[in-house]
Amino acid sequence: MDRALPQPTPETQHFWDGCAAHELRLQRCIACRDSYFPPRPFCPKCGSREVEIYPASGKATLYSYVINHRPRPDMGTEPHSIAVVELAEGPRMMTNIVGCPQTPQALVLDMPLEVTFESFGAITLPLFKPAEAPAR
Amino acid sequence: MTPKSIAIVGAAETTKMGKIPDVSVIGLHADAALNALADAGLKATDIDGVATAGISPVELAHYLGITPTWADGTAVGGCSFMLHVRHAAAAIAEGLCTTVLITHGESGRSRVGAGGFGRSPSSLMGQFEMPFGVTSPPTMFTIPVLRYLKARGYTEEDLAQVAVVQREWAAKNPRASFKDPITIADVLGSPMIAWPFRMLMCCLVTDGGGALILTRADRARDFPQKPVYILGTGESVETPMVSQMEDFTTSRAFRVSGRKAFAEAGVTHADVDHLMIYDAFAHLPLYGLEDLGFCQPGEAAAFVRERHTAPGGKLPVNTNGGGLSYMHSGMYGMYALQESVRQMRGIAPAQIPGAKISVCHGVGGMFAASGTIIFTNEA
Ligand SMILES: [Zn+2]
Repeated sequence: MDRALPQPTPETQHFWDGCAAHELRLQRCIACRDSYFPPRPFCPKCGSREVEIYPASGKATLYSYVINHRPRPDMGTEPHSIAVVELAEGPRMMTNIVGCPQTPQALVLDMPLEVTFESFGAITLPLFKPAEAPAR
Repeated sequence: MTPKSIAIVGAAETTKMGKIPDVSVIGLHADAALNALADAGLKATDIDGVATAGISPVELAHYLGITPTWADGTAVGGCSFMLHVRHAAAAIAEGLCTTVLITHGESGRSRVGAGGFGRSPSSLMGQFEMPFGVTSPPTMFTIPVLRYLKARGYTEEDLAQVAVVQREWAAKNPRASFKDPITIADVLGSPMIAWPFRMLMCCLVTDGGGALILTRADRARDFPQKPVYILGTGESVETPMVSQMEDFTTSRAFRVSGRKAFAEAGVTHADVDHLMIYDAFAHLPLYGLEDLGFCQPGEAAAFVRERHTAPGGKLPVNTNGGGLSYMHSGMYGMYALQESVRQMRGIAPAQIPGAKISVCHGVGGMFAASGTIIFTNEA
């Protein structure tokens, strides 16, 4: 069964294009410098339309998660994480943690993570894996 | 709305509850509506305001033969009915209508005449949550919880304790789906759904419905049932995406809605005799106790463990057994409201003797929305 995939809109296309280029693109306000997510063409803090797109560091920490023991048919048959990570730039996003056992012992809150990309046809999803070097 | 200026004069649930394979969604709305009309001694033609969620108020009005001068289709999930009560009170106070019918019906288990559960892949949820395998509430509503447990120093046992206490209340309710006592070990030993949530920490999936009828308090004395007055109301919304909640350890919508309701009611927490906190999952009563101000952050788990919310405790919570043990059709808020009304009428299966003030707090979506209604039986 094919994975449920996003259908980009004009306001989010840059994010998905970035993922396809293996770049995690965030937006920030020119005026208040606040980074935000999910994408939108204005700053949710101050309402300014003067915003810019920039490549994020890809560094994050594990904020919270569940391990789904009843995976959706398109997600395979093994229990898997559904996580929210806190990006180094501030915003949080939902993702899956990959590259480690899908267990409470391996998935420790606040552990350092880094982005990795996985392609599903035309769409590339941003996933996260345990950081290789110790977090600075 | 002036406190006590609007009253509930009709309240009822569907004739059957639990598994109802022979009634469709709109049929459940109608069954609950007819029961509430009978409870109030009214006919459908006496109703001039309608509110509902799940189906449109147009479907409801036409199906029952109502010609309303006011309609509300606010649909923000399970607490929609708290918002309907609040909006109806304001509409009646403003003179937009005189007698409002609010209905809920859901074929959550049998799925008779029910719509699908899905989101457009171009919505924000469809783009930024669905691709990562979220299914239904058990994998979404639960996502903040590991952060919450760590921040508060709570444990899995603390989550399990909530389910254990609510089963004690359910044992007193003949209409509850699950009445047999359970232990913390039973909860932790039940099948894993989405770590750290076991099956007995998640709500039931059943069929059912309920309806309420509201009118001005000065008319309420002419109705057959003991009037239940609305003392204060609150509502708020936060985010459609649980991953974008401002703070995983507290619900902004809960705090805003609760504060508004208490301020309007002009009562303190010590005045409250009975509390309903929508419990789709075992963590919600803990968040609710803290965010409504009944407990300091970090004290809710001990408050439950020390049996303050249990039968015989000083703050009875979810006295019908809750979504965990009584019933949960999908949008449980209506059943919480029904239990508050029963407690205020003095006819609940697990009646709190002498209860005068009941707080009924609902959640919609995954911490997306909230509504709070404070009732009293004193005019
Ligand atoms: Zn700004």
